[in-house]
Amino acid sequence: MNKQYIDLYKQHSPSIKKHSAEVMNRYRDSSFELFAKLGFPTPRMEDYLYSDLREPLAVDYGLNINRIAIPVDPYEAFKCDVPGISSHLYFVVNDMFFPAKNSVPLPEGVIIGSLKDMAGKHPALVEKYYAKLSSEKEDGLIAFNGAFAQDGFFIYVPKGVMLEKPVQIVNIMRSDVDFMANSHNLVVLEEGAKAKLLVCDHTMDNVRFLANRVTEVFVAERASYEHYKLENTHNRNTNLSTLLIEQKESSNVLTNIVTLHNGITRNTIEIALNGEHCETLLCGMVVSDKNQQVDNFTSVRHNKPNCHSNELFKYVLDDESQCGFTGQLVVAKDAQKTQAYQTNKNLLLNNNARIRTKPQLEIYADDVKCSHGATIGQLDQEALFYLRSRGISGKEARLLLMFAFMADIIGNINIDVLQDRIKMMVEKRLRGEQSKCEGCVVCQ
Amino acid sequence: MNKNINNETNQKPPLRGGLEGPLLSIKDLHASINGKEILKGLNLTVNEGEVHAIMGPNGAGKSTLASVLTGREEFEVTSGKVNFYGKDLLELAAEDRAREGVFLSFQYPVEIPGVSMVNFMRTAVNEQRKYRNMEPLSASDFLRMMREKKELVEMDNKLTNRSVNEGFSGGEKKRNEIFQMAMLEPKLAILDETDSGLDIDALRIVANGVNKLKRPDNASIVITHYQRLLDYIVPDFVHVLYDGRIVKTGGKELALELEEKGYDWLK
Repeated sequence: MNKQYIDLYKQHSPSIKKHSAEVMNRYRDSSFELFAKLGFPTPRMEDYLYSDLREPLAVDYGLNINRIAIPVDPYEAFKCDVPGISSHLYFVVNDMFFPAKNSVPLPEGVIIGSLKDMAGKHPALVEKYYAKLSSEKEDGLIAFNGAFAQDGFFIYVPKGVMLEKPVQIVNIMRSDVDFMANSHNLVVLEEGAKAKLLVCDHTMDNVRFLANRVTEVFVAERASYEHYKLENTHNRNTNLSTLLIEQKESSNVLTNIVTLHNGITRNTIEIALNGEHCETLLCGMVVSDKNQQVDNFTSVRHNKPNCHSNELFKYVLDDESQCGFTGQLVVAKDAQKTQAYQTNKNLLLNNNARIRTKPQLEIYADDVKCSHGATIGQLDQEALFYLRSRGISGKEARLLLMFAFMADIIGNINIDVLQDRIKMMVEKRLRGEQSKCEGCVVCQ
Repeated sequence: MNKNINNETNQKPPLRGGLEGPLLSIKDLHASINGKEILKGLNLTVNEGEVHAIMGPNGAGKSTLASVLTGREEFEVTSGKVNFYGKDLLELAAEDRAREGVFLSFQYPVEIPGVSMVNFMRTAVNEQRKYRNMEPLSASDFLRMMREKKELVEMDNKLTNRSVNEGFSGGEKKRNEIFQMAMLEPKLAILDETDSGLDIDALRIVANGVNKLKRPDNASIVITHYQRLLDYIVPDFVHVLYDGRIVKTGGKELALELEEKGYDWLK
């Protein structure tokens, strides 16, 4: 399967480049060469132990290299999962960015648009950041993305500007044939800027999809950034998502990665703390059943002293679902006074569900506070009996306990409407009322 | 001494809406856990309006009785019958026993982080109402009910705003049990060592709550080690449970006698 894409690139790289931006093309050939060397990741590689992507990667997907427009108006066709959220709303269909329609006006200086277009309009700005984090990585998926991604979204918040309302990007996969999309996104917050981004992933058609998205986020000094990802896709979708974040001094980052329904998902989240006094909170939750797979690979790199990171991921697994979690934490030699905490808790509702979890701490400094913990278990039988002894049915009692299990993750969503909505969706999902993704025809 | 092991003869079952019979009748109950027999032929009859105390040494089977009556699945009932208002209680799932009106005040109430007291009680009250074909309580009626019952057991507002029993002191947990009992208005309340871990003030508050909830049409079984609790909750009958059987039944004065002489003389 590697060869298929190597040949494709060799044949079509002029078209790929023609329909992309100059700054993206600058990294394209080197990315391709890296991919040709590395190939797609396999479970034999340390960082992909829990992600077996061989089957979904072997599917014969179509790519829209010549970027033929898709006749769809997402603003008409799509119903949002979070109605009532007042946001700066944008759509990305496959890898095509749709400019705002009836969106709340943006504050002065804020730029949100297609990466390709913005690279034309603001070349110096995009050049300064594009691939600065991703080109450092020895990772087959990121290299593949560098070779094939032609567009993505670009968000820029200038110094001191606070975006009150969240920015919402809705990714929709839409195609009549099995289809692959690659996109590369860039988020830049200048000093003291503040922004919240909500990324929603959806699928529309009953075909195999694969999305390989790389997002680079630059959070400058004293800036504050919140990144929410809500996946609600069908089970023929493969979602490969890499989130690379760099934090500068005294900045603040919250990520909350929610997988409610999916097929195969691999989230790579890497946060580099490149300034002192940074605060980072990484959260995530997974509700999975049937044969769904979710692998969250997280990596927090404390490169400077006096930073504080906290990580909390929770999973509820049923049926034959197989999931993984890796919590990599690297504390550099000089990163004294680091505080880094990590917790991964998993509930298995069934003997066939499977979770593999791995804390991976590499600490090279000697004056740090670090902890990690992983638990795998079933619902507390004592608590279940206590609830039932008050007249609450076994089913309802289990639900209360599962919901309670997720409560702290949901509590770390600082957009009220989104928090309420996710509460409701998780409850519906746990009740089994939403065994397929919203508005979906695929999963039966 | 009193040779009457079966206390049934002491009591006359009252008439209840044309349905004759006791509230609870336990006949020759045998139960075991992990193959070890704990209850070895227990008999007990409880009528409406009565308070029964069950006393006995450690390991006699007091808590096992509470567990078997409320449907804890680890215990296996090997023979015997338990009727609750004429229904076979042992056939019912734990939640249905609660809905029929059986309540257990736990010896060790469970902490459930993430489930708020309000959500817990609303779910419990409404599931019980549903069982009785009643409409769920409106939010305002429910909150009014919470307020009234909290006053009854002198429960602090800040406790009901927290997760179930999370971070509660021993006394607060027991008070919370009585609060739940007030909310659910059971027909039969089983208080399992409600006095353990309580200081005198907490004991008085908990006992006051129990006494205020006493009605002519309900009953309680008070399981305790010590006579002390029975100064506050005055029983109509005191039973001595010993090695899985009730070996002696008497009035409240029996408790004093036990306090003085211990259990050895009953062997």
